[in-house]
Amino acid sequence: MFDEPQIDLSPSVADEVKFTTCYMCACRCGIKVHVKDGQIRYIEGNRNHPVNKGVLCGKGSSGIMQHYSPARLRKPLKRVGERGAGEFVEIEWDEALALAADWLGNIRKTDPKKLAFFTGRDQSQSLTGWWAMQFGTPNFAAHGGFCSVNMAAAGLYTIGGSFWEFGEPDWDRAKYFMMFGVAEDHDSNPIKTGLGKLKARGAKFVSVNPIRTGYSAIADEWIGIRPGTDGLFVLALVHELLHADKIDLDYLVRYTNAHWLVIRDDGAADHGLFARDGDGDHLCWDASQNALVKAKKADVTPSVVGEFKLPDGRLAVPAFQLIAERYMDARYSPDAVADQCGLPADQIRRIAAELAEVAFEQQIELDVEWTDWAGRKHDKIVGRPVAMHAMRGISAHSNGFHTCRAIHLLQTLLGAVECPGGFRFKPPFPKPIPPGPKPSGRGAAPMKPLAGMPLGFTSGPEDLLLEADGSPVRIDKAYSWDAPIAAHGLMHMVISNAWKGDPYKIDTLFMYMANMSWNSTMNTKGVMEMLTDKDPSTGQYRIPRIIYSDAFASEMVSYADLVLPDTTYLERWDCISLLDRPICEADGPADAIRQPIVQPDRDVRPFQSVLLDLGARLKLPGMTNEDGSAKYPGGYPDYIVNHERAPGIGPLAGWRGPKGDEHGRGAPNKNQLEAYVDHECFWHHDLPDDQKFYKFANLAYLKFACHMGFLGASDQIVLQLYSEPLQKFRLAAEGHGPNQPPDNMRARVKATFDPLPIWYEPLEESMVDKAQYPLHALTQRPMIMYHSWGSQNVWLRQILGRNKLYVSTAKARELGLVDGDWARVTSHNGSIKVQIKTMEGVNPDTVWTWNAIGKRAGSWTLAPDAPEARKGFLLNHLISELLPTKDGARVSNSDPVTGQAAWFDLRVRVEKCEPGAEVSEPQFEPLKRPPGVAAPPSINRYGAKA
Amino acid sequence: MTSLPAAPGEKRLGLVIDLDTCVGCHACATNCKEWNTSGHSAPLTDINAYQAEQRGVWFNRVFTYEAGGQGGEARTVHFPKNCLHCEKPDCVTVCPTGASYKRAEDGIVLINHDLCIGCKLCSWACPYGAREFDEDEGVMKKCTLCIDKIYNENLPETDRTPACVATCPSKARHFGDFADPQSNVSQLTRERGGFDLMPETGYRPTSKYLPPRPGKRAGAARLAPVEQSMGGGGKFLRWVDRVLSR
Amino acid sequence: MHPAYSVIFFTTASGAGYGLLALLAVFGAAGVLAPHTGFGVVAIGCAMALIGAGLAASTFHLGRPERALNAFSQWRSSWLAREGVAAVVAFAPALVFAAGWICLNDVSGVFAWAAAATAFMTLATVYCTGMIYASLRPIRQWHNALTMPTYVTLGLMTGALLLAPLSAAFGLYRPTFAILALVLVVAGWLMKRAYWRHIDATPSASSLGTATGLSAFGAVRMLEAPHTEENFIMREMGFQVARKHARKLRLLATLCLFVAPFVLMALILALGAAAALPFGVLAVVLAAVGVATERWLFFAEATHLSMIYYGRAV
Ligand SMILES: Nc1nc2c(c(=O)[nH]1)N[C@H]1C(S)=C(S)[C@@H](COP(=O)(O)OP(=O)(O)OC[C@H]3O[C@@H](n4cnc5c(=O)[nH]c(N)nc54)[C@H](O)[C@@H]3O)O[C@H]1N2
Ligand SMILES: Nc1nc2c(c(=O)[nH]1)N[C@H]1C(S)=C(S)[C@@H](COP(=O)(O)OP(=O)(O)OC[C@H]3O[C@@H](n4cnc5c(=O)[nH]c(N)nc54)[C@H](O)[C@@H]3O)O[C@H]1N2
Ligand code: SF4
Ligand code: SF4
Ligand code: SF4
Ligand code: SF4
Ligand code: SF4
Ligand SMILES: [Mo]
Repeated sequence: MFDEPQIDLSPSVADEVKFTTCYMCACRCGIKVHVKDGQIRYIEGNRNHPVNKGVLCGKGSSGIMQHYSPARLRKPLKRVGERGAGEFVEIEWDEALALAADWLGNIRKTDPKKLAFFTGRDQSQSLTGWWAMQFGTPNFAAHGGFCSVNMAAAGLYTIGGSFWEFGEPDWDRAKYFMMFGVAEDHDSNPIKTGLGKLKARGAKFVSVNPIRTGYSAIADEWIGIRPGTDGLFVLALVHELLHADKIDLDYLVRYTNAHWLVIRDDGAADHGLFARDGDGDHLCWDASQNALVKAKKADVTPSVVGEFKLPDGRLAVPAFQLIAERYMDARYSPDAVADQCGLPADQIRRIAAELAEVAFEQQIELDVEWTDWAGRKHDKIVGRPVAMHAMRGISAHSNGFHTCRAIHLLQTLLGAVECPGGFRFKPPFPKPIPPGPKPSGRGAAPMKPLAGMPLGFTSGPEDLLLEADGSPVRIDKAYSWDAPIAAHGLMHMVISNAWKGDPYKIDTLFMYMANMSWNSTMNTKGVMEMLTDKDPSTGQYRIPRIIYSDAFASEMVSYADLVLPDTTYLERWDCISLLDRPICEADGPADAIRQPIVQPDRDVRPFQSVLLDLGARLKLPGMTNEDGSAKYPGGYPDYIVNHERAPGIGPLAGWRGPKGDEHGRGAPNKNQLEAYVDHECFWHHDLPDDQKFYKFANLAYLKFACHMGFLGASDQIVLQLYSEPLQKFRLAAEGHGPNQPPDNMRARVKATFDPLPIWYEPLEESMVDKAQYPLHALTQRPMIMYHSWGSQNVWLRQILGRNKLYVSTAKARELGLVDGDWARVTSHNGSIKVQIKTMEGVNPDTVWTWNAIGKRAGSWTLAPDAPEARKGFLLNHLISELLPTKDGARVSNSDPVTGQAAWFDLRVRVEKCEPGAEVSEPQFEPLKRPPGVAAPPSINRYGAKA
Repeated sequence: MTSLPAAPGEKRLGLVIDLDTCVGCHACATNCKEWNTSGHSAPLTDINAYQAEQRGVWFNRVFTYEAGGQGGEARTVHFPKNCLHCEKPDCVTVCPTGASYKRAEDGIVLINHDLCIGCKLCSWACPYGAREFDEDEGVMKKCTLCIDKIYNENLPETDRTPACVATCPSKARHFGDFADPQSNVSQLTRERGGFDLMPETGYRPTSKYLPPRPGKRAGAARLAPVEQSMGGGGKFLRWVDRVLSR
Repeated sequence: MHPAYSVIFFTTASGAGYGLLALLAVFGAAGVLAPHTGFGVVAIGCAMALIGAGLAASTFHLGRPERALNAFSQWRSSWLAREGVAAVVAFAPALVFAAGWICLNDVSGVFAWAAAATAFMTLATVYCTGMIYASLRPIRQWHNALTMPTYVTLGLMTGALLLAPLSAAFGLYRPTFAILALVLVVAGWLMKRAYWRHIDATPSASSLGTATGLSAFGAVRMLEAPHTEENFIMREMGFQVARKHARKLRLLATLCLFVAPFVLMALILALGAAAALPFGVLAVVLAAVGVATERWLFFAEATHLSMIYYGRAV
């Protein structure tokens, strides 16, 4: 009598399905976009894509709401009121570009350094860095310096590749996986998928993290370490392994500098440097010949311990002996570090035993023939199935560089780098150690491009960017004695230094995709004041001009003088290049593009095209033809196809050459983008099985890497457990060489430029009164939000629209706090009011919150009463970009080696407060909606049938 | 018909959710929203979209719990939840209009939005909180098990799986036919001790959950230091004698 | 459960209306009340008005009231549909009975049959209303043996309280009415007291442990809700009333709904017909406050299993 209704089981899904690359975060997953009636119907993962293999995360699945966000900027804006008041008029693109060209042209004619060009989490740094180089300013960097340069630098100076997104655990073979300080990371989907695989295979997953959420939640063992002490924990593991002789010595002499002889001549200018022969080659002691031989030679029998006489009569010891001497010392024993790490010594001992057991008793072998660098054939690939991964929980501490090096030391001692089951490089890594290009910037002059790219790798004091008087060349003081290995610049210092005029004043701050007046900066309130501060003597802003490109009405937009509105990721061409941060995986190199899925419905332009247009207007050499016409009149897609960085090497590696059949190297192919579109917008080269492992010493791979332009020569890349560049900086601090740190920095450089990994107390912790600020305060990235990007995303903001301060149940009891209480959190830099939530899974000395959930009222077109603004909060107000005063000076709150921002060194106290109004503090004047941006609808009915 | 099908259908479709691997990323929640807001139940309306008290229709929601603790070790468990397509669901039988029904052929519990009067009684009858009222349209909505995707002949066969399952990055969600003992979901349920939520309600959920696996503490408690067994000779002696080849 | 005013009004008003109609039908058919046009118009009208207003109010909480007619179709499984059908069916004999009473002043023969049918159908309707709640397994405060009888008893009781002053207004008051009201008040009170004791004493069989299957790992508590702000489920099922507040309201309900009407009916009985109108009206007014409070509590004190997932006790 009642029939089930007839329902349409096969409705048409799309008129058209297009492939492109997700950009809801920097993970770069491949997506398949279904378009129906000109609207985006559904975005799903591309099953064939090397990164995500069909899956999408929570953000990627919310792309529709990002693309149709009411907070999108609509037209260029020119400031008319006071800076920060959000008063703008809409202007035409021609006027905007003419204005920018005028400002920048004057700078270039007089002093190009006065342009500071900094970008946030973008994926076109090979373009933006090159643009800065063509402009002639050394003052360029992207977000890396406040992000995870510690990981990049420690890896690149130790093993030639790094965690971050340049390597990955062997998810398919690892039997033991240790993860240090990761909440989400850039390999967002690959990590999730990898963890799923590990769990399905029954491998053990250990998470070292003060907080048990997200990935740590599914860990087989959670190690709730006290923040900033991983270095001690890891070196205690090293201690245990060395004592039990559970190390892979064969691996060490084959692939690392363990056997290289280190000069022992205390006080000499070359003390601690490697002993070299007349050819400049490193030496080792061959035990069978009882002679000094070239360390790189194959088929020798190197000694790893002992004291050997050099031809000049001085003594030298193998690097390994220094390692053994140091870490076998009782001060690195589990018992000695347990209290500081907040871990039972027995747990540390057990983890060491488990690592050794898996690495050496559960060795795996692949029956794959391969040839090593010396041309010797091997019939097997041996794997020690212990994999590790680490990220910002390590890097965002001021001891992060060394801690990361300690982890690499641990992995390497186990023989678990670049082997089956271990940690694997993603081409173009490994690179020479340290990688080749030095930073450029000395001698910047009007109308002249820099000699090289602004960012690079220093290998000694001679490479620092210092003026003749010793003052820093760069506005952020990167590559000065403040941060000698600042491979990614110090984005977090730019505004503060520019405001102070230290080391000099600038004219224009040009930023792209960086919300520096809010969640991306330290000391947010202070920075907002610096951005609007005027010099009373001139009445001018201390930072005279700010140009900013954003796609949305972010907090930063209000602080710009000129706003260049960008497209959304579904409206533009983009290039995820091997020259930049590609989508490679350990099994082979890959790159990708974004293609416009729909056309913009507003007067916005893709920033990269705008940058090239500006370059042409400024007649920058690389962007202009001899006749003065624009070299890339077709904008970014034109550049992607036709630009060559070196002959035959361009932004994209696939389908090069006139016929489009060359890969890696080849002349530009005018149909290259079409070829990418035809191949689902990515190119991928699967390495033959014999090239997939030991890439640093694998002849076939090394040759391939040369062909591809990843490497200049096919020599073995020897892992640097003992780091000579660090020793060179240290020697300078000890008074050697022409280039020495100023006296106030000497002790610090000497202490922190140790050629072997060390641990020291995080700087802020060592400087503040620990009784007054007894707790560590951290942030974590929520899986569902990418910094501030999801702020205006209707779906994502429902899931996480406010944050609380999480406190351990035990600590809360001590502080008299219960769920829902309001509390005041105070650091040496300020005080905020927040709401409390208690939990079990957190180290008792640690409080934490989700990053970038608090919003400034009125921003992102959210109503001022939105919970993000009323109840959410930013921890950033408490974090200072400067350490407390010492010896009359304040240095930046950064790792002393790399300049990495030390977000997680923060110390606070938490006190219950009467709620009063249930509103977080501080609160700021609500921001105005930019002109042209309409009030958002109160009901979202996306997908409603017409 | 809001009476339940007289006999269990040939197929009993449902999900298996693995609490051991779910990392709580909410991908299943947003991908579900994305598919369904333009699908069979379109739209999945959001009220107060850009202001306070934002709330929308979601067919899948991810909770987080802590189990244990207070001295012992606590586990954090992410817990996604959507309609379980129960075998004996009162949400169907209480419906006065016939809008709510359980499909005879595959057991999917659905709502006919053209009949629904928005009385909300079915949501009161669902112990799992799996029904979602669209305040704007005045009708009840819920997880359809992606009925317009799993059978959709306009999609390639591999894509005919629920959105939440296809997207789950850690493969914590599995879709299949519980009537077939050989199906992936039946096997997983058997092998991993799949269980019902609140079995005491008697609703007999079709979809199952897999428990978190107990933590692993493998290997020896500690390594035996070598030098102690060597007796004198210094700690590096053992390495002096090692013949290593490069 | 969220106490929606429309539903509170609907269940209390229609309950009283049906109770009154049932009593009129029974007393009419039994010859206790002689048909009287004026009284008929007022009393039956009053009952019908309460029923009609209640039914109308019941559509206010529908998302799609214009489709209300769909609600009759599933009487085979749904108590809500049965209630709807019963309510409509009840109108047929009720109209015949009313016509006989008002137009013909006749309650015999076919009209007596109509009266009997009216009484049966009205009580059946209230029974269905009670069963709507009693059948909901996720709500232990409703899914029990006392819910339905309480609905029926309170319907009859409030009807009886109305009957006393109405009959008095037309000089038709009989002590029987006060006695009946007294009996029903006592019955209602006993039932409600038993109900409150029952829901206070019977714990839920479910917990976050059974809801998540995680009890093996120890006590389970919610760390993070799936969304920042309250969703439909939390707003609909998550209504909470503080224990202290509930206790006060129970007292208020007991005083207004049972104690005061009992005293007033006893007074009427003692003082005779003259007291029936003023005291009866007072009893009705107080009982209205009482029954609204009782019904508000019936919702507000009810907890829904789904809220376990949000970390609430049920
Ligand atoms: N969803 C999402 N994904 C993102 C981002 C995002 O905003 N959202 N941002 C992207 C960016 S820019 C970056 S840099 C990456 C960063 O990715 P992650 O490295 O995952 O960054 P965080 O969320 O800062 O996580 C740091 C983790 O380290 C832990 N931790 C803090 N201090 C210590 C310590 O001393 N020791 C140990 N062992 N752990 C510690 C914290 O508890 C936290 O879990 O993520 C990228 N991916
Ligand atoms: N407390 C604390 N603060 C932190 C961190 C932390 O762990 N804790 N992490 C730090 C780290 S590692 C990083 S990398 C930074 C991140 O800092 P940022 O890279 O600055 O990240 P967002 O602020 O999210 O993004 C910047 C801007 O990009 C804009 N945007 C989004 N899409 C587009 C687009 O397509 N085009 C353009 N032009 N703009 C777009 C957004 O609207 C936003 O205003 O935050 C840092 N801040
Ligand atoms: S991980 Fe990042 S790139 Fe991949 S789907 Fe998610 S948001 Fe998109
Ligand atoms: S998508 Fe998978 S891992 Fe993510 S929350 Fe859902 S079930 Fe868990
Ligand atoms: S989970 Fe709830 S809505 Fe789904 S079938 Fe079971 S009772 Fe019905
Ligand atoms: S809300 Fe709709 S589906 Fe639910 S019981 Fe009422 S009519 Fe049926
Ligand atoms: S099966 Fe489909 S409708 Fe149901 S929760 Fe998953 S994605 Fe949503
Ligand atoms: Mo970052």
